Amino acid sequence: MTSSQLFGISTLGYLLASALYIATLLFKTKKSGVVASILTLLTFLVQTVGIGLRWYESYEMGMGHAPLSNMYESLVFFSWSIVIFYLLLELKFHNRIFGAFAIPFAFFSMAYASFAKGINQEISPLIPALQSNWLIVHVVTCFIGYAAFAVACGLGFMYLLKSASSDTSETGVISSLPKLSVLDDVIHKTMIFGFLWLSAGIITGAIWANSAWGTYWSWDPKETWSLITWFIYAATLHARFTRGWQGKRIAWLAIIGFVSVIFTYFGVNFLLSGLHSYGSS
Amino acid sequence: MSKKKNSIWTFFASVKLALFVLFILAIASIIGTVIPQNSPVDVYVKQYGENMARLFQILDIPDMYNSWWFTTMLFLLALNLTVCTIERLPSVWRMVVLDNLKTDLGRLSKMQPNKQLITSKLPEEAAVQVRAGLHDKGWKSTEAARDGGILLFAQKAPWTRLGVYIVHTSILVIFAGAMIGSYFGYKGSVMIPETRSTDTIYEFGTRNPIKLGFEVFCNRFTLSHYPNGAPKEFRSDLVIVDDGGKEVARKSIIVNDPLSYKGHTFYQSSYQSYEKFLITLVNNETKNKELFLIEPGKQVQWDAEKVAFGIINRGMTDTPGKFTYKIWFSGGDTSEPFWIIEGDTTVINESGKAYTFSMKEFYATGLQVTKDPGVWCVYIGCGLMLFGLMIAFFFSHRRVWVYISRENDQTSVRVTGNTNKNKPAFDKNFETVSHTIEEKLT
Repeated sequence: MTSSQLFGISTLGYLLASALYIATLLFKTKKSGVVASILTLLTFLVQTVGIGLRWYESYEMGMGHAPLSNMYESLVFFSWSIVIFYLLLELKFHNRIFGAFAIPFAFFSMAYASFAKGINQEISPLIPALQSNWLIVHVVTCFIGYAAFAVACGLGFMYLLKSASSDTSETGVISSLPKLSVLDDVIHKTMIFGFLWLSAGIITGAIWANSAWGTYWSWDPKETWSLITWFIYAATLHARFTRGWQGKRIAWLAIIGFVSVIFTYFGVNFLLSGLHSYGSS
Repeated sequence: MSKKKNSIWTFFASVKLALFVLFILAIASIIGTVIPQNSPVDVYVKQYGENMARLFQILDIPDMYNSWWFTTMLFLLALNLTVCTIERLPSVWRMVVLDNLKTDLGRLSKMQPNKQLITSKLPEEAAVQVRAGLHDKGWKSTEAARDGGILLFAQKAPWTRLGVYIVHTSILVIFAGAMIGSYFGYKGSVMIPETRSTDTIYEFGTRNPIKLGFEVFCNRFTLSHYPNGAPKEFRSDLVIVDDGGKEVARKSIIVNDPLSYKGHTFYQSSYQSYEKFLITLVNNETKNKELFLIEPGKQVQWDAEKVAFGIINRGMTDTPGKFTYKIWFSGGDTSEPFWIIEGDTTVINESGKAYTFSMKEFYATGLQVTKDPGVWCVYIGCGLMLFGLMIAFFFSHRRVWVYISRENDQTSVRVTGNTNKNKPAFDKNFETVSHTIEEKLT
């Protein structure tokens, strides 16, 4: 077994799990939900082994570094973070319906890593700038934040779908979605969680930049976009805490915030040039 | 001056202003990520046309993050944070130190969550049980006689109300650190060829020379590659010479591992090659040693040992970017050419003498040099921010009151609670507390 085979299985696993979660939402079949959860957990374990194996493989090849060094590896890790975050959420809130709006993100991330053009899947040696223990700390903190924001965005869609629907029947698809007040609460908590980790991610990045280049902040496009994202979520939290924004507005902000996250993650690498260019292939 | 009447004060204390500034900062920041920063003027003229380029110059767009208007926005945010804090902190502080045993009893019965228990025990007896019940669940209570009854009060983490102000203060601390850095520090760079030293570096942007007050000597710079030819490591062996020619510090620096001395930090950032080579020759018998800087195709003499040598050819190795060199070496009448890979050492036997021959390419190391006395302030601010965010998000000020009074030959035990955030979690908490009290009373 190689790590790329395990990642192939993971991609397929998340596709099936997404389908099952969506089926659970549409047909209200409890059993399919249980199967979806089990499948997600199993796939997650396979993916975890895959990440570990890729780490090991890099040592075998004489480079020895955590598999967090390029776009491919970061997409795999993004997907992994979304799933672990989702599974904990499912455990905490005892609700499988969230999965229909979260696991597809994990699948798309894996699929994009595997099939998109221009994504180098090879294990490549670390350039001198990345040879630091801060690599793991920085990437992990950022991606926990990103994963939380991805889930918050999925829940935002769920909220808008539910609130826009005039279908109030007991049997409709919409009725199986959680109550609006519950959704609103979970979106808020998820965003708070993401905000804390995003802050930690920016801070660890700053400390790393200072130890590598002697400047903790250089207004590089990646840094600037992470700050823009931070501003958006900071504004969202203030709007909620001090002006009582709730519901639809917060759901929209969860989506807008995630668009900014995606731009920080991809857009900067592909459209803008800067110090973070190693993330682009 | 009355704060309430002063409209300027109210303006700076408003959250609306904070939201507006955050929004504008976000939008403005985008400009600098789309329009390249710090490029020469002609780049802008070529890309955006003469008129746009002129407009950019007027608005400081090419260096917008340091422009007066962007700095003003950041200053406005800092001012807003400061005024907000001064405005709100006193009332929050009053909540932290509030004597909750003086709470209006009428308000208690209206607060949610709320639970009334009835017992046949006398109030004093009930109070003992209530106290024990609270204690069992980790609530330390105080009590007072109120309106013929007994009021018990317990609270957890009142100081966590300050969490959000810790976050706001942390941002100001970070700003302060950044200002200290920009007024009392500098960033520059310098190229030091191997075996040479310098006491001057050049500031970024202006290229103004800055005297260090001591000397930095670059003993060696080595460049190593991965098998596929990608650079693996840039390493400079640096020595600091201070106090009238004494060696005071020595470190082999790589990217991510700089050298600090007297507030200056030296970072490995680049290198330059000169198509020249450093040759170290040692007579193995006499230990006589000499260092030569040579160019390919030119003969060099070591008069003391009466040897001559030179580089006559270059060949490829299995590693891309790594070369082997053909050396002509003569110690008298005979000469035997040999090959040596750059960076290697070999022993030559020539005219009955043995020499150790080391060869490496001659480089200059490119160092980034910074002096930033504000960086610790920034780090403290960062730590404070994470600490504050954790408190603000995950801790809440929770309060529980129990009022015990005699009503119609029975004792009423009214349990009420209040939290400043995360009500669902507190409601569960309250449920277990009131349940424990109920059990104690029966």
